[in-house]
This record gives sequence, C-alpha cells and structure tokens, in this order.
Amino acid sequence: MLEKALHGRRGYWMWIACLILVAAVGFFFYMRQLDYGLGITGMSRDVSWGLYIAQFTFLVGVAASAVMLVLPYYLHDYKAFGKITVLGEFLAVAAVVMCILFVFVDLGRPARVLNVLLHPQPASILFWDMVVLSGYLLINIVTGWVILSCAKKDIPPPAWIKPVIYLSIPWAISIHTVTAFIYAGLPGRSFWLTAIMAPRFLASAFASGPALLILVCLILRRWGGFDAGEKAIQALAKIVAYALAVSLFFVGVELFTAFYSGIPEHEAQFIYLFAGLHGHTGLVGWMWAFAVLAAGALAVLLIPGLRKQETWLAPACVAVFASLWIEKGLGLVLPGFIPSPLEAMTEYHPTGPEIAITLGVWAVGFLILTVFYKIFTTVRGGIVSVPAGPAAGGR
Amino acid sequence: MTSSRRDFLKIAGASALTLLAPSIFVPTWAEDAMVIPPGRAYGPTPALSARRWAMAVDLARCTTDCTDCIAACHAVHNVPNFSNSKDDVKWIWTEPFTAVFPAENHPYSGQALQKLKVPVLCNHCDNPPCVRVCPTGATFARPDGIVMMDYHRCIGCRLCMAACPYGARSMNYRDPRPGISAINPNFPTRAKGVVEKCNFCEERLAKGIPPACVAACRQKALVFGDVEDPRSDIRLLLEKRFSLRRRAHLGTGPQIYYLL
Repeated sequence: MLEKALHGRRGYWMWIACLILVAAVGFFFYMRQLDYGLGITGMSRDVSWGLYIAQFTFLVGVAASAVMLVLPYYLHDYKAFGKITVLGEFLAVAAVVMCILFVFVDLGRPARVLNVLLHPQPASILFWDMVVLSGYLLINIVTGWVILSCAKKDIPPPAWIKPVIYLSIPWAISIHTVTAFIYAGLPGRSFWLTAIMAPRFLASAFASGPALLILVCLILRRWGGFDAGEKAIQALAKIVAYALAVSLFFVGVELFTAFYSGIPEHEAQFIYLFAGLHGHTGLVGWMWAFAVLAAGALAVLLIPGLRKQETWLAPACVAVFASLWIEKGLGLVLPGFIPSPLEAMTEYHPTGPEIAITLGVWAVGFLILTVFYKIFTTVRGGIVSVPAGPAAGGR
Repeated sequence: MTSSRRDFLKIAGASALTLLAPSIFVPTWAEDAMVIPPGRAYGPTPALSARRWAMAVDLARCTTDCTDCIAACHAVHNVPNFSNSKDDVKWIWTEPFTAVFPAENHPYSGQALQKLKVPVLCNHCDNPPCVRVCPTGATFARPDGIVMMDYHRCIGCRLCMAACPYGARSMNYRDPRPGISAINPNFPTRAKGVVEKCNFCEERLAKGIPPACVAACRQKALVFGDVEDPRSDIRLLLEKRFSLRRRAHLGTGPQIYYLL
C-alpha cells in the first residue's frame, strides 16, 4: 500500500519537501548536540528537563486519539466512527514515534539506549514507559494497517484483529498512567507529587488528541478528498468538550489543594506559574495564555450553535491543542524544577538549536502522518463514494 | 534454486534471533567475578569497611568561609569548574542554612543562623529514590550504604536528578575535561552525557584512607564512620548532640547528620 504515498499533486509534494527540510535542519543541530553535549540546550543543573521532555509528555496525550474512536465504535457500536478509527490509529502511531524520538534526543548518551533492555530495572517507571509505548506503537501500526488493507481489498478484517483492538483500549490508558507515574512518584518534587497526575494526563489527552483529529478531518474534507461525516466530527467535538471541562476542573482541584492547605512547598510552583515568584515570571504569560485559550475553547464547544459551525469549531480545536500544549508541556515539566530543592530560582530558556531539534522531530511526526493519511485517503477514496458538496474534495 | 520472499524473511528472522544469544549464554558467575566486593582492599593497606557508612557535619566547628573540603574533593575526583552555573558539576558545596533546612527557618532566628553556610553533598540515602528510578541500574546502593554510579552504564536520562530531593546530582552537559585545571590520574574523568555525584570516596576507603573532605577539614567538623557500630565516633556524637537531617520526612533515610 505504501506506493499510494508516491502519487500526489504539487501541493502534496511541496508540503513533504517543507517537512523534510525542517527535519533536516533539526538533524543538523542534533549532530551538533551529539558533538558538544546537552549543554547546547537551555537545560541546567537545576532545570534538568526542558522542551524535549515537555513535548514527550504532551504527545503521549495526543496518542490517545485512537482510543476515543476505537472505544465508541468497537464497544458501543457507534457507527459514525467506523470510517475514521484508522485515522485515530495512524495519528497515535505518529504521536508515539515523536514521543520516542523526543526521549531519544534528550538522552546524554543515546548510543547506550539499549541498556534499558540489557539491564532491565522493573522498579524504574521509565523502563515500563518504554514497554508500554513500544507496545502501543505496535498495536496501532498493526490494527491500522490490517484494517486499511482489508478495506482496500474489500474484505472483512480477520477475526484475530478484534482482540488486538480490545487490548488497545486498556493499553492506551496504560501509556498515560505510566507516563504520569514517572512524575508522580518522585518524593522531592511537590508539584508532581499528586494522586490526580494520571487522571489529569488522561483528561487532557482525551481533549488534545481528538481536537487534532477534528482538525485533520476538516483538512481532509477540504483538501484530501475524504469526508469523515458531520456526525463523527460533532461527536468528537463533544468528547473534546467533556474532556477539556474535566481537565480544567482537575487544574482547579490542584489549585484549591495547594492554596487552601497553605503549605508553602505546594503553593510556590503555582505562584511561579501564574504570578511569578521572587521576580521570576518566565511562565506567567504562557500560563495566562493557556487559561484564556482553554476557557474560550470550552465556551465555544459547550454552545451547540457555535460548535456546529466549522468557522468556530476549527479555531476552538486549535485553541484546545495550543492551550494543552502549554499546560501539559512546559507548564507541567518546569515547575517541578522551579524553585529547586535548594530553593534556587533558576529559570529555563530553550536555545535555538534546541528549538530546531524540537521542530525537526515534529516534522518527522507530521511526515509520518502525511504519508499514512495520503495512503488512507487514496484507499478510502477508491471505496467510499465521496458525497459531492462544496466542502467535499471534488477537485 | 530460487528462494521466495517468504524463505528470505524466515532466514532473516532466525538470524535476528541469534542476536539474543549472548544474553542467554553468558553465565552470571562470569559477571560476578568482575565485581570487587565492598570492603575488599585493592591496595597494600587494609580497606576501611562498615555495616553502614554515614557522615556527621558539626556546624559548631564548620567555619563559614572555609572551602577546604570542597577544594579537596573536587581536585581528587576531577570535578570540572566552568564559569557558567548552567553546566555546574558539584559533589560537595555550601548553601545557606535557610535553604538547606527551610522548615527550621523563621524571621526571629538569630543572625548567626541566618548567615550560616552549610556543606551539602549526596545523602547516601537508606531508601534512595535515584536508585529506584534509574532505568538501567547505573546508580545503585552497596550493602554498606554507599550510593554509587556506573559511568559506563548511565544513558544520561536525568530521571535520577528529578528524583533526588537534595539536588545532589550533576549532569555532564559538556565534556568535563577542559574544565579540570589539573587532572588526577588516579581517578577517572567522566565523559559528556552522564550524571555524577559524591561517592563517599569509595576508592579511598578501599585503600584504607578516609574520604578526601574529611581528611581536608582542619576544624574536624566532618566525622565519617559506621553508624551501625555503637562505639564509633559518629555514634558517640549522635548520642550526645542534637542532629538534623535534610528533608527526612520524605522517607529517604538520609545519612548526613547535621549537628547543632
């Protein structure tokens, strides 16, 4: 089926060329990083994780997109998602590949990465994260590919794929839980030491993943010649609305616990995030951007009249994605380190090479996504007659 | 004979499986033979050994502006010194008392306490979070309590730095060698990309000599010994004096005792 990705119009190839260029620039700076060391980034002795691990944490959430389609379709027979479960699975594949790449570029000695398997440490959550992420990657590649191949040949999917799909549901929960446990199990970092870390990961994941999926569906409808159907898109929008509401509720719960209890070491990081601490205000603008974007998006998604208009839905989904990128990215990783265990206020500013490498990894992810979706629309376009309409890809 | 794609894949798969063979056929006793047990000497003098190594810092004796222990430790262990704090590598250093013991700090505590500088280092915890989180076993605890690093196994993921509640760990964000003024050939320099920290001078204990910081302290403010031995100097001090441990409420069991 891969050959389907080799035929496209000029716009398709331009897009691919852009992505390859960004990835190549990232690769060039990664070579520089390999040569000099991680000192090329903004990370320091006090703030020892930065942009890379923030992207990893956020993208684990995006990978949840698949389960929000698979669960309603396979467990509740919600037919509207039947056409697009494969889209969710391929998005999950691209997101997990980016996660793995972000962890990889964050390693000080990447050549030794297999030590995690050669000397497995069952007590280490990072070991289990490697296990669940690679498992989730495999499950989604297999299910997405098998279902699409069968659709191409116009035969029903084999019986053995059903149990694999069912397995993917608890497995999706596991990737968030295990990733949250990396943070929630550390004794000295009170910002992360919270039992609702895993629920927070799940809630924000079920908002950011489907929000991206809606955007993808809108793009494919306009330019890709594939219509997911209004019913599916609206159902996804409702999922995003609920998940975003729960996600914001969880943030509020954290704020209450920190400030009503009044324990300084729990308050300090939230003060740093939203107001600045001891004159250090590096994240204040970002966090208020998160608050405004998330609140605005929630309002749009909750009002049916607005949600049903594409002109409102698309920006709302962009706002959901951007706000959770802030909140589940740097807004979650950095306050674990600021203030430091010795109460030092060391702020973090990503460097140019670090940003270039980060964009490079995103470009690789979008390249994978584009190729998969190209195959998908070509295969699907050959089977499903695309309804003619102004927004359907008649061009 | 023409081989089909199926045959080719079969052969390729079987060949790939043979990569697993070394892990199956290297017997565990062959690995054990490479380990020098703690307390076993590898020099002419008998090694110093203990059931549980620990250190007491006598704050009444420690003088604020003295940096002898830091200089000695960092010279012996090839700890680099860079001009920017971002790339800092520190094994032992000083911090204000108010930052080391924030819970004991209040606006009316005396000037002397407010200005006090306290030496800090790895606490060689009884229940070390860094060991728990390490995905490769590169950081590990010995039976005598020393928490150690295998610089050749560390992948540089820095999860141990996030896990340590004492900020005792440093990452080699760049090649440390240009930052070392005089390389001590008796101790390995590290490479870029690995995490390091105080090792309680296990290499000196094996030769029968006390840790470098303890030997360098002219005030005798650092007392090193076996806390499991009721007649050791450190135990006698802990009997007599009031002591604090950093963030002991976290359950890490820190083994650096600060005497007031």
